[in-house]
Amino acid sequence: MSNKKGLFSKNNRKLLSNPLNDDNPITVQVLGICSALAVTVKLEPAVVMSIAVVFVLVFSSVIVSVIRKLVPTRIRIIVQLLVIASLVAIVDEVLKAYVYDVSKQLSVFVGLIITNCIIMGRLEAFALANNAWKSFLDALGNAFGYAWILIVVAFFRELLGSGTVWGYPILESIGLTSDIGYSNNGMMVLPPMALITVGIIIWIQRSKNKKLIESK
Amino acid sequence: MDVNKNTYTFVFASILVIVLAAVLSFLSVKLSPKQEANIVKEKKQNILKSVGIHTSRDTADFLYNQYIKEEIVLDHNGNIMTGKAFEINLKLEMKKDLKDQNLPIFLASIENDRECYIIPLRGKGLWGPIWGYIALENDFKTVFGAVFDHKSETPGLGAEINTREFQDPFQNKLIFKDKDFVSIKVVKGGAKSGDDHGVDAISGGTITSDGVTEMLYERLERYLPYFTRMINAQKEENNDTLSLQLDSIQI
Repeated sequence: MSNKKGLFSKNNRKLLSNPLNDDNPITVQVLGICSALAVTVKLEPAVVMSIAVVFVLVFSSVIVSVIRKLVPTRIRIIVQLLVIASLVAIVDEVLKAYVYDVSKQLSVFVGLIITNCIIMGRLEAFALANNAWKSFLDALGNAFGYAWILIVVAFFRELLGSGTVWGYPILESIGLTSDIGYSNNGMMVLPPMALITVGIIIWIQRSKNKKLIESK
Repeated sequence: MDVNKNTYTFVFASILVIVLAAVLSFLSVKLSPKQEANIVKEKKQNILKSVGIHTSRDTADFLYNQYIKEEIVLDHNGNIMTGKAFEINLKLEMKKDLKDQNLPIFLASIENDRECYIIPLRGKGLWGPIWGYIALENDFKTVFGAVFDHKSETPGLGAEINTREFQDPFQNKLIFKDKDFVSIKVVKGGAKSGDDHGVDAISGGTITSDGVTEMLYERLERYLPYFTRMINAQKEENNDTLSLQLDSIQI
């Protein structure tokens, strides 16, 4: 009776921790790349996007998992999409009401959470076959696996591309100004550099984590 | 229970859709006042920006009341109508016939009691609407400042109209050449230095730039009767004060 081992059994903990590293949705499964490239120019939209994805993924996983035995197989994808789309609409409305500026920056990308492969992937692959608690842990793990990559990428892109961190001009305050010949790297602001930054993260991760190195 | 029966599938789908729709409409109704307040504040923020007052959205309300003295609505002959300029929806007005249009104009009083007239703009860009505000000094010729924004112009190209690099050169340009209305042109390849009626276009954003030119011409032209009226009134006032001064000298 392995699933009676309690809420935080070894298996359950793995559901939470695996997606952070060994099975990271962005760097290992290479899902959700489009939004990772688009919203990581600055730290603030990246964090808001992460929170939005955590919210949507966790709630949609739990909801789908709870109703999984009631969902007719033939329309299960439509049901999943309906749940996701409704949650995204909620996020969009809340952002417009409470953080208007950020919602203008994120613009279409909030709507595109609907098509974020990570979310559909987790619902179809995990939540439809597991109970609510496991789905919750799995969703949380994957959402944070997505979020930390987004935030790391955004941190470096903002720092090197605009010389700021969360809008605060940190490089200027430590004396790195154009007077001494330092200038921000405009390339960092463009999407290709996000891909390269993600690539560097993948490189570092694989060199540290032997499990991820493919055998020849 | 067989969850794959046709009737069950229909019932399940209907219930799910109704529940989700109810949740979403409830939320939308609850949040819409806050969202509308944000939009109003942003509008005030943009109006203030055209007279060089850059403010955050939170202080926009306060500063708007401080600087904007009058919200005037005009008809096509330049007569002042009842109503508040702020509440005019330019998008709806521009669909009406020319002579039925209400023309909004704002009177701002900035430092040293300098008066500016702010005219809302709206036109077509490449992909969607563009809009903005242009502030004229009270000679109704000189541009005090301008702001533009857009819904969906190409990032890096047409979308650059909402940057200060594009907007700042509008300052001190003239919309009249001697007595003829010429508006301000956004010139592809760059305006010649000393051109009082042209500003630099954005490379790669030609259609958006032309959209700005057209928008300025089309909108400003509507206000010409009002401008003439106001300039004549100013002249008379000047004559009056002049003759008053002469009178006092004679005494």
